[in-house]
Amino acid sequence: MIAHAIFFYTFSIIAVVSAIMVTASKNTVHSVFFLILDFISISCLFIMIGAEFLGMIMLIVYVGAVAVLFLFVVMMLNVAQQKNQWFAGQQSSKHIPVGLIISTLIFVEVIIVIGGWKYKPEIFDINNSIAQTSISNTHSLGQILYTDYIHVFQISGMILLVAMVGAIVLTFRQRSGVKRQSYIKQISRERAEGVEVLEVQSNKGVKIDD
Amino acid sequence: MEYLSIVFQEVYKILFLLVPVLVSVAMIVWLDRRVWAFVQKRQGPNVVGPFGLLQSLADALKYIFKEIIIPSSSNKVIFILAPIVTMTLALIAWAVIPFSATQVLADINVGILYLFAVSSLGVYGIIMGGWASNSKYPFLGAIRSAAQMVSYEVSIGVIIINVLLCVGSLNLNDIVIAQQNMWFVIPLFPMFVIFFISALAETNRPPFDLPEAEAELVAGYQTEYSGMMYAMFWLGEYANILLMCAMGAILFLGGWMSPIDVYPFTLVPSAIWLILKILLLFILFALVKAIVPRYRYDQLMRLGWKVFLPLSLIWVVLTASYLFYFNLLPVN
Repeated sequence: MIAHAIFFYTFSIIAVVSAIMVTASKNTVHSVFFLILDFISISCLFIMIGAEFLGMIMLIVYVGAVAVLFLFVVMMLNVAQQKNQWFAGQQSSKHIPVGLIISTLIFVEVIIVIGGWKYKPEIFDINNSIAQTSISNTHSLGQILYTDYIHVFQISGMILLVAMVGAIVLTFRQRSGVKRQSYIKQISRERAEGVEVLEVQSNKGVKIDD
Repeated sequence: MEYLSIVFQEVYKILFLLVPVLVSVAMIVWLDRRVWAFVQKRQGPNVVGPFGLLQSLADALKYIFKEIIIPSSSNKVIFILAPIVTMTLALIAWAVIPFSATQVLADINVGILYLFAVSSLGVYGIIMGGWASNSKYPFLGAIRSAAQMVSYEVSIGVIIINVLLCVGSLNLNDIVIAQQNMWFVIPLFPMFVIFFISALAETNRPPFDLPEAEAELVAGYQTEYSGMMYAMFWLGEYANILLMCAMGAILFLGGWMSPIDVYPFTLVPSAIWLILKILLLFILFALVKAIVPRYRYDQLMRLGWKVFLPLSLIWVVLTASYLFYFNLLPVN
């Protein structure tokens, strides 16, 4: 148990400190790296409470894909940002009151939600039954997700799909005058279409139509 | 005292795994250069030691004694962290690779997810190195590599789902044992081909080595690195390639199981079979490097998103419906 406690406190301290550093560090790329560290330590915490599937999915989806794209964007921004120094200077201090108000509101909301939190009595039964049958975490998650919560699951999938299609539609623009490659055309070209042998008279030249 | 003995045992096991992996990485670099040379009718490294086997050790010795240059305008902490991250991630993934039914460092329930997660984290070493160098070529290389690895990870993930549908477990040993009657390479052959090509792209091997395309980007994200830090990138890269080969061997070629279950073959230790399968896949990797020209970047992206992703998704639907229709779904 002591080793368990040591690991728990190490990961949670890393998580909290890196979460603070995300907002505190001046360099945006550094704060994304701290965000990644935060994700990793939180997934370690998930694994420690036995939610191994959730922890791994957190690593794959958030750290492996979302944070990479995030870093991508921030690194691009950073190139332009280094030129105008005012961005990191006095200008940002004006936003502190607004940020404080919003964060207080969110904090109060979270307190209200947690204060009214009650577990369904059935959940304890489920927990006990899992412990008895020793079904793996992934298995039990699948059993719940694809039976009781199938509609919620499908709807959340549809929302993500709609968001993706929406993003593509918003950024898509038809450009004119773009020459596209057609692989089939290129491969199926014969010698007869590409090469033409002409009789050229000396000092006359030849007109090539193009 | 009890804790200490457990810790010592684990450290002993880890060393017993890591030292062979590191040595085989050195050997595999030699093998790669030899295969490459033989395809082009050259000799390759054949001077240091018998058949030039010790060439990689000589190279490593040279790297160690070279000066490490840190560019003055670089972001020093991240610049130094990048090769360490690459190498660590390439090595920690070996913890879940089963060398036989019992010889595995960590026999965890979600082994394949762990492998996938670690291989998807591999991109950070490259991005960090490219960004921290604070130079144009490494930055372009890092951006190319990030986009490439994220794209090909998607198809690798879908291919893993294909295999998992046939197995019904995320444990790597279960995946190997499920192939007792037939290796998955036979029913899922198109997926094996796509996995192989995606693995080439995921490890930045030719023909997908655009992040370090020497004709355009000098050496990509490694441009500013020198000495031991460069060697660490290089070791991590080859450890990743070996890991991808091991993943292919476990998912499709029956892992540590012998190809035929008859008397003389069963005498050979199962670890040897896994190593032979990894070597087979690696020689294929090396051959591809020698015979295929480099892709153009837009063609690379098109292949990932417009060809491999739809194909592997369609194959998931096919596999699932086949298993469901013939009532073969592994339900436990």
